[in-house]
Amino acid sequence: MFELLGIPPQALFGQLLLGLINGSFYALLSLGLAVIFGLLNIINFSHGAQYMMGAFVAWMLLTYTGINYWWALLIVPLVVGASGVVIERLMISRLYHLDHLYGLLLTFGLALIIQGLFRNQYGVSGLPYSIPVELSGGTNLGFMFLPNYRGWVIVASVVVCFATWFAIEKTRLGAYLRAATENPTLVGAFGINVPRMITLTYGFGVALAALAGVLAAPIYSVNPNMGADLIIVVFAVVVIGGMGSILGAILTGFGLGIVEGLTRVVYPEGSAVVIFVIMAIVLLVKPAGLFGRTQ
Amino acid sequence: MTTQSETGYRSAAAALPVGTPRHHLVIFATLLVLLLLAPSVLYPVFLMKVLCFALFASALNLLLGFGGLLSFGHAAFFGSSSYVAAYAAKAWGFNPEFAILLGVLAAAVLGLVIGALAIRRQGIYFAMVTLAFAQMVFFFALQAPFTGGEDGIQAVPRGRLFGFIDLASDRTLYFVVLAIVFGALLLIYRIIHSPFGQVLKAIRDNEPRSISLGYKVNRYKLAVFVMSAALAGLAGATKAIVFQLASLTDVYWTMSGEVVLMTLLGGMGTVFGPLVGAAVIVTMQNYFASFGAWVTVLQGAIFVVSVLLFREGIVGVLAKWWKKPL
Repeated sequence: MFELLGIPPQALFGQLLLGLINGSFYALLSLGLAVIFGLLNIINFSHGAQYMMGAFVAWMLLTYTGINYWWALLIVPLVVGASGVVIERLMISRLYHLDHLYGLLLTFGLALIIQGLFRNQYGVSGLPYSIPVELSGGTNLGFMFLPNYRGWVIVASVVVCFATWFAIEKTRLGAYLRAATENPTLVGAFGINVPRMITLTYGFGVALAALAGVLAAPIYSVNPNMGADLIIVVFAVVVIGGMGSILGAILTGFGLGIVEGLTRVVYPEGSAVVIFVIMAIVLLVKPAGLFGRTQ
Repeated sequence: MTTQSETGYRSAAAALPVGTPRHHLVIFATLLVLLLLAPSVLYPVFLMKVLCFALFASALNLLLGFGGLLSFGHAAFFGSSSYVAAYAAKAWGFNPEFAILLGVLAAAVLGLVIGALAIRRQGIYFAMVTLAFAQMVFFFALQAPFTGGEDGIQAVPRGRLFGFIDLASDRTLYFVVLAIVFGALLLIYRIIHSPFGQVLKAIRDNEPRSISLGYKVNRYKLAVFVMSAALAGLAGATKAIVFQLASLTDVYWTMSGEVVLMTLLGGMGTVFGPLVGAAVIVTMQNYFASFGAWVTVLQGAIFVVSVLLFREGIVGVLAKWWKKPL
C-alpha cells in the first residue's frame, strides 16, 4: 500500500516516530501550561525558557559534578521547580488583581532574561549530552528500528501525563485544585491554604517543563534557544486543544506531533506550518478549541 | 483571580476627552520643530530608525492601548510589509512611494486574514493566536523562494521619490521619512479622537455593555486590527527603504515582543508614550549593541520592572504629574 503512495514504509515509520517524540514534548509542555493556567490564569510565557533551563541544569550536573541522567531526572525538576516557586512568590503573586495580560508580559520578560543569561554564558552553538548507557542502542521491531532512548521518552512522557491527569482528576488534592480554580474564596473559607496551593501549582508546572528539558537533552543539542521556538508551537497546540481540559492538552499534544510527522513525509516544506494551519481551521470551526469549554 | 478588566492598563487613557486639547497641539508642534532640527545634531539614519519604530509602536498602541487587544504578532505585518516593499523596489523597480504603498496593502490584507481569525478568541488567547500566526508568517519568509531565506533581501534601491527626488542622501530621505511618520501619527491621533475611536474605547472598557448598546463589536475590533496592521506595515516598508534591507529579524517573534515593550515602557493608551518608548529602546539598543546578549537581559529586566512597578509607563507617569492626558 505504501509503495502505491510512493513512500517507503521505513521513511513513514521513521517520521511517525519523530512525530511521536515531538508530540511527547508538546504534550508535556502544554500540560504544564494547562496546569498553571488552570489555577493562576496566567499563560506562562517563560515555559520554553524553563524547559531550556531543565536541559541546561541536567548538562551542568553531568559536566560539573558528574551526576548522571537518572539522578538528573529527579533533581532537575526539583531545582527548576523551586526557582518557579520563588518567581511566583516574588513576582507573579503581585499581578493576580490585574488584567491577565500582565502575567503574559511579565513571564515574557523573564524568558528574555533567562535566555539572555544562558546565551551570555554558553553561546548559541549547543552542547552535547550523551544518551545514558542503559538506553543506548536500539531494538528491531521488524518493520522498523527503534532507538531505545526514543522509546523511553515516549513511554516516560505518557506515564507522566497519565499520572498528572490522574492526580488532578481523580484524587482529593486534585479535587481541591479544581475547586480552587472555580472559586478560590470559597475554597479558602473551607480552611485550605489557596495561596500556597497556587505557588506549588506553579512550581509543579515549571517542574514539568524542566522534566521535559531533561528528556530532551540527549535528543536535541542543549542550547539557549531550544525553548524559544518550541513554546510558540506549544501555544498553537494549546489553542487547538482548548485550555479547558488536562486531557485535551495531552491528546492534542501527541496528536499534533503525529500530524506534523506525517506532513513531513507527504510535503516536507509544510511541516513547520501545518500546526498553525490546523490552528486556523480549528479557530474557524470551533473557536473554543477541540476539547475546550465554550464560555 | 476574578476578571477585573477595569483595572490595569486601561486607566491611563480613560480620561482622554473628545476634540483636540490645546496642549496636544503644542506638543505636536514642538515635536515637529525638534525633529526638523534633529538631523543637524544627530545621525539621520539613527533618527530614521527611531521614527520607524515610533510609528510601529504607535500602530500597536492603537490596537492595544485604545482597542484593548494585545497582539503579540505584530512583527508579521511589520516584517511582511518590509519584504513586499523591498521586493517591489528591487525586483520590479517600483518607485519608493509605490513600493511602500504595496507593502502597506500587503500588511492590511494579512491583517484582515489574521484579524478575522484572531478576534474569535479573547484576552490571552488572542495574544497567543496572533503570536502563532506571526510564527507561520516567519516560516513562510524563511522558506519562500523570493525572500532570500537567511540573507533576506539586500541592497534594496532607495530610488527616486515620485521619479525625481533622489533619496540616496540620508538627509533628504530623513525628511521624507519624517513626513511619512508624522503624517501617520496625526492620522492615528485623528482615529483615536473620532467617534470610531470613542466606540473602540467603550469596547475596551466594557465589551458586554457595548454589545448591549447595539455596537457590532467584532467589526470594530477587526477594523482597528486592520488599521493597526496597515500602519505597522507602513513602518516596516519605510524601514526597508531606509536600511535597504528586509530581513528575518523584522518578522521574528522577538520583534513583536520588542514593540510591545516600547509601548509598555512609554505608556499604553497614551498618545505620546509609544514615541518615547521607541526612542528609549532604540537608543539603548544602539549604545549597548556591543554587549551582545546582555541587551536581551536588559530588555527582559525592563519588561519585568515595567509590569511590576511602572505599569503606566514614562508618559503615563508624566501625565499623572501634569494632571493632563498625554
